[in-house]
Amino acid sequence: MTESEKKALQAKEKTEVMSNAEATKPGPVFTPAVDIFETDNALILLADLPGVKAEDLTIDLKEGVLALSTQMEIPEATDEVGILREYQTGNYYRKFNLSDVIDQSRIEAKLKDGVLRLTLPKVEAAAPRKIEVKAA
Amino acid sequence: MIFRRVNTWPTWHWRNQWGEMDRLRRELNALIDGSYGNSMTEPSAGVFPLMNVTEDANNFYIRAELPGIKAEELDISVTGDSFSISGERKIPEEQADSKYHRRERESGSFSRILNLPSQIDTGKVEAGTSDGILKVTLPKSEAAKPKQISVSGA
Repeated sequence: MTESEKKALQAKEKTEVMSNAEATKPGPVFTPAVDIFETDNALILLADLPGVKAEDLTIDLKEGVLALSTQMEIPEATDEVGILREYQTGNYYRKFNLSDVIDQSRIEAKLKDGVLRLTLPKVEAAAPRKIEVKAA
Repeated sequence: MIFRRVNTWPTWHWRNQWGEMDRLRRELNALIDGSYGNSMTEPSAGVFPLMNVTEDANNFYIRAELPGIKAEELDISVTGDSFSISGERKIPEEQADSKYHRRERESGSFSRILNLPSQIDTGKVEAGTSDGILKVTLPKSEAAKPKQISVSGA
């Protein structure tokens, strides 16, 4: 058992996005917790997005800026009465500047149990490429 | 007119009657601090996982955000009027050569107990996860359900 496995999880309130741009839809927008790491040939991003379905998530990579955003509809009111409310639900938004050049055609995104795994392969610029010459 | 007022009394459940004043004070304080957005939530117990509890005539509903945790990794038990949940969030190790830029997601074990306002029918509790959200439906016991009483004219 490693140190991290024995540790007890701490309750954390979600952090709301503070942006100058106004949202057109009502409701809070939160910053998801992420892990970002890189290996030799890819940059990998893991994000906690509880409650997000694949069709509600937009991943946008433009000019080195990666943006994650969700467009969840506000659920319709039910006849349930709130007793205890410790967390809020809302959309998620987060933006990153990428320093590496990403091979856009091979980006992979998987969303499972509310966790997004985004694999951004680096462009193999440095790798020497052999070009075969075919005899005519 | 008096009946109308009785009917519109808010239901405080187990919260005491000063709860509403507390909430108002908190929201005003938060307004002064400029962090109004976060004050919409109740003072939480500060124990993971954070929960939202709602009720309707027949059931209590508990919801908690547990991304990356599968239903089978959770240990849920119910006795009388208390609900307890424990489990562990594991974040699998990545390959050894990975270098981290950011590490905000946390792993670890958790356990929490929550008391509900009334007794529940422990035999019919249902729990399920979808997209990282746990939803538990706890039917109220027959004694705790509101009874419709028909008034017959003499």
